[in-house]
Amino acid sequence: MLASLGQRAFRWLDERLDLQPIQRFAEEKAVPAHRYSWCYFFGGATLFFFMIQVATGILLLLYYKPTAEAAFESVRFIMTEVSFGWLIRSLHSWSANLMVLAALLHMATVFFMRAYRKPRELTWYSGAILLLLAMGFGFSGYLLPWNELAFFATRVGTDMAGKVPVVGRFLLEFLRGGEDVTGATLTRFFGFHVAVLPMMATALVLFHVLAIQRQGMSVPTSQKETSAQNPGMPFFPNYFLRELMGWAIALAILAALSSLFPWELGVEADPFAPAPAGIKPEWYFLFMFQTLKYLPATIAGVEGELVGLFAFGLAGAAWFFVPLLDQRFSRGEPSPWLTIMGVLALIFMATMTLLGYVMP
Amino acid sequence: MIRFGRAVLGVAFLIIGSAAFAQDNCLDCHRELEDEAALAMSEDIHAQSGVSCADCHGGDAEIETGGDYEVAMDPAKGFIGVPAPGDVPQLCGRCHSDATFMHRFDPNLSVDQEAQYWTSVHGQRLREGATDVAQCASCHGAHGVISARDPRSPVYPTKIPETCGACHADPEHMKPYGIPTDQLADYRAGVHGRALFDQGDLGAPTCNSCHGNHGATPPGVASVSLVCGNCHSVQRELFSGSPHREVFESMGEPECESCHGNHLIEAPTDDFVGVGEDAICMNCHGEGEPAYEVAATVHEEMSNLKEAMAEAREIVGQAARAGMEVSEADLALIDANQTLVESRNLVHAFATVPVQEKVAEGLQIATTARDMGLSALAELDYRRRGLFVSVFFILLLVVGLYLKIKQIEEPEK
Amino acid sequence: MSAERRMGRRFFVDLVLGGGVIGSLVSFVYPVLKFVMPPAVAEAMDQSVVAAKVGELAPNSGKIFKFGRRPGLLITTPSGELRAYDGICTHLNCTVQYRTDFGHIWCACHNGHYDTSGKNISGPPPRPLERFTVSIRGDDIVVSRNS
Repeated sequence: MLASLGQRAFRWLDERLDLQPIQRFAEEKAVPAHRYSWCYFFGGATLFFFMIQVATGILLLLYYKPTAEAAFESVRFIMTEVSFGWLIRSLHSWSANLMVLAALLHMATVFFMRAYRKPRELTWYSGAILLLLAMGFGFSGYLLPWNELAFFATRVGTDMAGKVPVVGRFLLEFLRGGEDVTGATLTRFFGFHVAVLPMMATALVLFHVLAIQRQGMSVPTSQKETSAQNPGMPFFPNYFLRELMGWAIALAILAALSSLFPWELGVEADPFAPAPAGIKPEWYFLFMFQTLKYLPATIAGVEGELVGLFAFGLAGAAWFFVPLLDQRFSRGEPSPWLTIMGVLALIFMATMTLLGYVMP
Repeated sequence: MIRFGRAVLGVAFLIIGSAAFAQDNCLDCHRELEDEAALAMSEDIHAQSGVSCADCHGGDAEIETGGDYEVAMDPAKGFIGVPAPGDVPQLCGRCHSDATFMHRFDPNLSVDQEAQYWTSVHGQRLREGATDVAQCASCHGAHGVISARDPRSPVYPTKIPETCGACHADPEHMKPYGIPTDQLADYRAGVHGRALFDQGDLGAPTCNSCHGNHGATPPGVASVSLVCGNCHSVQRELFSGSPHREVFESMGEPECESCHGNHLIEAPTDDFVGVGEDAICMNCHGEGEPAYEVAATVHEEMSNLKEAMAEAREIVGQAARAGMEVSEADLALIDANQTLVESRNLVHAFATVPVQEKVAEGLQIATTARDMGLSALAELDYRRRGLFVSVFFILLLVVGLYLKIKQIEEPEK
Repeated sequence: MSAERRMGRRFFVDLVLGGGVIGSLVSFVYPVLKFVMPPAVAEAMDQSVVAAKVGELAPNSGKIFKFGRRPGLLITTPSGELRAYDGICTHLNCTVQYRTDFGHIWCACHNGHYDTSGKNISGPPPRPLERFTVSIRGDDIVVSRNS
């Protein structure tokens, strides 16, 4: 019954919008079948979590007040007075972390499968920017509850931004809306978080997803033969159902985390109180934070932290422009060199993140 | 014509103005001589009210001396020079004890200072011939006297300890009198001194609050609690109804001072009462006495209350940090704190029952707060279980999808 | 597999799938619907509260009310004016009260007195009580903190 209703609705729209090309595309769309097909899942998972963020974020917007005087209290209000406010808030906080995790896994699988190679460089660039936007979402959103941890983590994080040579001062004041982290910072971060970043992210996500539809899924070189022999799995309904299943599992994980480890409210930020011990940024920034802590005060006459930031900048640039680098080093052949670099980078980041939690 | 008229008016004002305050040639001359005392008179309240040098020192302030000071500073005209210390109170009292005269200047001024002064220890010593005890000028100054309500005055509340201390903290000065000189240092270190100097609380007592200013005497032993009780009325009332009052009076013990000190009054802690190391009760009472039991019980009761409050505070704090609604519990903790403050008052009844009753009240409130905190934490738990219901449905969905996939892809037989 | 069993199987799968879909949807939609409907008290009660109803307080009387996490004191002066103060004594944090017999504010703990302007006039309190703004909104007496 539902199916026939759906068919009638489709026919009604088709008579007006000519959906035939889309229908053909959907019927023909196939996902390559090979050993690493499961990696294709992570992109969709990231999108799924992003959609949860948009939905829960809009819901929170109904009650949140973005001023230093009212922010903490409004979050407390959401958590204590609004029906299921605690749930929406916990979902939003957890889904943020899961989104970044999924994005990182997606990026890692794309990297190791060399999916960024021609003709998919633009997809890689848009994805890299999206990952940075996701971290921007995380950083700006983290401040919004205006609790002690958030306040000081933001102060430390923007301090780091201020250390960038030449533009550091400008960057710091741009981010903070002044010299210090104040209510002005909160207002600014709120604007970034609910308007600027969503706008940029939506545009890039649309491009990213459309580019993939245009070009089809990439197949790693090692699997090209296997994949060529197989017509691939039809997207509708086979892969789609599997994707839904994956999303349902992701949702179950999100729900379990939100209920087993509900996000706490914390203590209201007091700019005049001394920073509590053990301030750390969120886990996806932690590896950088921890590395900078280990650097000596000066390296070859230059401030240690500056050297560290420069090194991260170089590494970041290399990562961003990997389609260019790979082209130069491999000429279409497998490039174990980049794989090794990638693995080392992952081990480094994982170790530093772990140390960041374990060390005092 | 108009300009001439204005000039006449100007001169007239000058003459009238200078005549409103009678000519004070003493001041003019002594100012020229850069006499310190004379220079100080610009800020002096007496000078501003029209009192001339001669009004205190005698002599003739108005006469034109033509350079010969003896014309003005003439004993025949009443000149007395620098008054002897012993004569100062009477000299000041000539005006300051005359109500009709003083009320011309300020209807609020009291006129009993000289009479009070003669009752004081300072006054008595002065009569006996001492020349280094305080008299009017010692505290108020002689030239450059300013109102006691002016913060610059040596008798403004924040300045009084220093003023009294000028003599009373000087061992050399106080040697002939055999009075200790540690009061000022003690006062500064104690709660009253810290309230006055560090917190700017003008309500805090200074030397004159307890000793009086003109009639300065140390309070008698039986009246210490009455003096302290001017502010600490609750404790005084309780003390007066307690067994300590009669006992202390018969022993000649100075009531409040016996436990709290007089100048170095430390912030009292809960360990003052009890049977422990810092317990003041143990200064007099020993083990085996009924008082020992009272002290021990009172201390224990208050410790119980503090423990219960700390526990409640911890739990409520946990719930608050987790983001649960606990404002009612916060209010209850404020009420519990009040019972603790009140039970500290009740220590001064020196009996177990009042403290026990108050502590019981506080324990009930603390328990209520704690229970509110616990139920908030339980609510957190409940939410977890509630969420498992939705997780169940999601997993059902997963299973359903899986089965659907299998079904669609099952090869047709 | 026989056609019948296949039909039965299909039905079972559809049942599980349908049940899962509906159950999941309900367990999302229900909380979201409840979330978007505002709670009974529309805003956090820490900046502004309804302390009493008009006419509730006779002249020369007072009332303790809940203001966020602290008590507040609403008084009507002997001349009939409404005033509101923070209810915590500035001495040792006991809760103050209005004494009709004194005609002003008093703290039971150490006999501290405050006049009807909140100024500490006698006893140990070192500072006046913080004053709040009182407004009338229809039938309600609203007390707000000064920002």
